[in-house]
Amino acid sequence: MRIAIIDESASRASIIREGLAQMDSDILVLTERSGLLAQVEAFAPDVVLIDLGNPSRDVLEEYFAVSRAVARPIAMFVDESDAETIGASIDAGVSVYVVDGLAAGRIRPVLDLAVRRFNAFARLQSDLDEANSKLAARDAVDKAKRILMKSRGLSEPEAYAELRRKAMQSSRRIAEIAEAVVTAQELLGDSK
Amino acid sequence: MTERLTIGFLPLVDACLPILAAEHGFAAEEGLDLEFVRDFSWATVLDRLLYGHTDAAHLIAPLAIATALGRGRPAQPLAAPFVLGLNGNAITFSPALAEAVGAPEGRLGDPRVIGEALKDQVASGRKLRFGVVHRYSSHNYMLRYWLAACGIAPDEDVEIVTIAPPFTADALESGEIDGTCVGEPWNSVAVDRGVGRIVLATAQIWRRGVEKVLALRADRLDQRREGTEALIRAMRKAGAHFVDPANAHANAAILAGPRYLDADPALVLRAISDRLVLSQGQAPIDYPDFMFQHREAANFPWVSQAGWLYSQMVRWDGLAFDSRQAELAARVFRPDVYRSALKGTGDLLPGASSKVEGSLQRATAVTAQQGAMVLEQNRFFDGLAFDPDDLEGYIDRQKNAALQK
Repeated sequence: MRIAIIDESASRASIIREGLAQMDSDILVLTERSGLLAQVEAFAPDVVLIDLGNPSRDVLEEYFAVSRAVARPIAMFVDESDAETIGASIDAGVSVYVVDGLAAGRIRPVLDLAVRRFNAFARLQSDLDEANSKLAARDAVDKAKRILMKSRGLSEPEAYAELRRKAMQSSRRIAEIAEAVVTAQELLGDSK
Repeated sequence: MTERLTIGFLPLVDACLPILAAEHGFAAEEGLDLEFVRDFSWATVLDRLLYGHTDAAHLIAPLAIATALGRGRPAQPLAAPFVLGLNGNAITFSPALAEAVGAPEGRLGDPRVIGEALKDQVASGRKLRFGVVHRYSSHNYMLRYWLAACGIAPDEDVEIVTIAPPFTADALESGEIDGTCVGEPWNSVAVDRGVGRIVLATAQIWRRGVEKVLALRADRLDQRREGTEALIRAMRKAGAHFVDPANAHANAAILAGPRYLDADPALVLRAISDRLVLSQGQAPIDYPDFMFQHREAANFPWVSQAGWLYSQMVRWDGLAFDSRQAELAARVFRPDVYRSALKGTGDLLPGASSKVEGSLQRATAVTAQQGAMVLEQNRFFDGLAFDPDDLEGYIDRQKNAALQK
């Protein structure tokens, strides 16, 4: 089976390719908008996987609708009984175009795998976001400590204790209090 | 108690009414909490609507009908109880093509004159290529209507391709296309970058041409009927606010924000205030009703508008007229829901649900169920009218005209 993966996220595309490599298939990965249609045409895929929000989708659908150069893949909304599978793919953020006449039994494993990989990527992404926000929080706490140390002559442990006391008092997170301190400092500048 | 509705949209000025309904508190007054999902292709907006990520969507009207008829994918019943606006699109040529057809400086061209000049270009030069936003868009149908009426066969004499609106200016710059029919602010973006000149407004082709609709899955409309009617009332209030010139700057600033159009407010303002800059560095011109969002019950989903769109779908998809399909297409537009939402509010409600499109030479009083209704001039530029009771005849005459060419 010939599968084209179109995704503006190169890292997600490679995660999907890696998964599909276990299957017996030829895979083309496209991450750039330019020359997209020519490359799809030259590759003549049986299945096209494209990220749901990809800005090129309308262009691709138009091409499928008018092209006589390749067998026409159509939107993967073929069979009402597939509604659940397709719903899962839309939720995962992948849309699928399949050459008409390809047996559902051959498509489903590809789709299931793509969905799993998209979901795995989304989890990776949210782990990464979380790690980044933890880093940002630590950064804010450090800044706030320095501000308190400078403006009120506190030691570092005292400055941290102040932040924690205020956080407990107002039942908010230390990072939020720290951000408020930093913002206030930015607004008030050196006019203390 | 507030009800949440999630609305999908593309970054275009005519997504204004639901956005402003939320931003100015009209939705909250109606007990609604609106959430927005922005996308960059209509295919995605439609997928989210069909698979329930969104309750309603800002959608090109022909795509709502195409979806209900199962063009390109299995049929899914959709409902459009509210027209988000009329026109608001322009035809922009590359500076070279604008010059070649003698597009005037400082004013919009005459559709007939530009069309004649374009026909000469088509006969003499390389094959010109035009971008539209989608196969099933009013942009595509307006462009084709104009070309065909000027004796240019859209599928043979020129090439028409799909370009997502945000990439229109790039495509003009790279020479991928010679012209485009697209909504705002994307014409103005091309003008500002010096890669395009606005030569016509679609309102010159059909003075009151149907554009985007608010679309819902038919079953979702039944489940969320009260919320949908509340949204219709909120959007009518947003429309009154939107068309008041005193609010133009504030509304442009809101729409241009990063969550919505993420564009330059000065460019967004042009369409809102009917003041377009046609070519780079020029003073703006006034073109009244460039986009038409409120007066004359502009949001009323006339069944005859759906009929006209079906006639163009048959025309350009090479289909045979089918009375059952025509009926299905007409039923996508839901004036009954619009009426029920606004009954008793004092807002304008037409007496009829269908009208002869493009027949009004001058302002004409028509019967109203509620309020006093005057429809202004509304013609197609070639003077032909569309009578929904003669849908098949209209389709036949267009087919014959193409054959005689």
